[in-house]
Amino acid sequence: MSAARAIPPQQAQARRDAALGALVADMPFAQFLGAGFSLRGDELTATLPYGERLIGNPFLPALHGGATAGFLEATAIVGLAWAIMCARAEEAGDAPEALESLPKTIGFTVDYLRSGQPRDAYARARVVRFGRRYASVNVQGWQESRSKPFVQATGNFLMPDHA
Amino acid sequence: MDFSEVTSQQFMQMLPYARELGMELVEVGDGVAEMCMPYDPRLSGDSRTGVVHGGVISALVDTCFGAAVLSCGKGVPATIDLRIDYMRPAAPGQALRARAECHHIARSVTFVHARAYEGDGDRQVAFAVGRFSVDPP
Repeated sequence: MSAARAIPPQQAQARRDAALGALVADMPFAQFLGAGFSLRGDELTATLPYGERLIGNPFLPALHGGATAGFLEATAIVGLAWAIMCARAEEAGDAPEALESLPKTIGFTVDYLRSGQPRDAYARARVVRFGRRYASVNVQGWQESRSKPFVQATGNFLMPDHA
Repeated sequence: MDFSEVTSQQFMQMLPYARELGMELVEVGDGVAEMCMPYDPRLSGDSRTGVVHGGVISALVDTCFGAAVLSCGKGVPATIDLRIDYMRPAAPGQALRARAECHHIARSVTFVHARAYEGDGDRQVAFAVGRFSVDPP
């Protein structure tokens, strides 16, 4: 019997949620934005609840491009860190544990596809390449419909071991 | 009313997210803008290091781009895309400063680049390029 099976499923879920909560707690900027992260099985979704403080163009009104960019970069970092934690947990046959440090962004490119509406926004990250030293992550952000992203981004990151 | 009727100095006060981050306009005119913002531990990306989150530098640069493009007087800017290189972490406790410049103004798109620095010095922490669509007033 493998060590992974030694964790009862009901405990495994609670430990995963706690590990994700601890990961997000390590990033003060995510709290500043008010961003939340939740797991549905292995799908990690970020939520940015709307607030007037996130507005960049009061005439339209539209979300500030900088707030959107920050939300997407935070989503990419949390998504990548979570992927690293899950990979390590699988290898160790244990629940995910906190990283010694978070991945560091080398570069980040954001495409603004539509103007950000004054309403909640969501984002999901996809780790495109998971290397020993570097990782490449895609992120898409959407509001009323996931099939109509309002923003997308790609980032390259330095893995924690090499930070 | 829209941004085309707004002076660059008024511009900053009208952006809630820029106010929220404590951004200030240092200088603006003729397609160039310089802005700064104070250090705030709430904006750090990793509580163990206190280093400011990259997304905060992106926001400063994006706002600085907007002010630079607006100062060309061609219309209201909207970001098409923004690419940023984080060259080194900004030292915790240090303010941030960004200087943006429009390097090409086409009919409907303005091309900009910016450098971000730590504190008052010339230690560069980021380089960014952006493309803005400009809607004529």
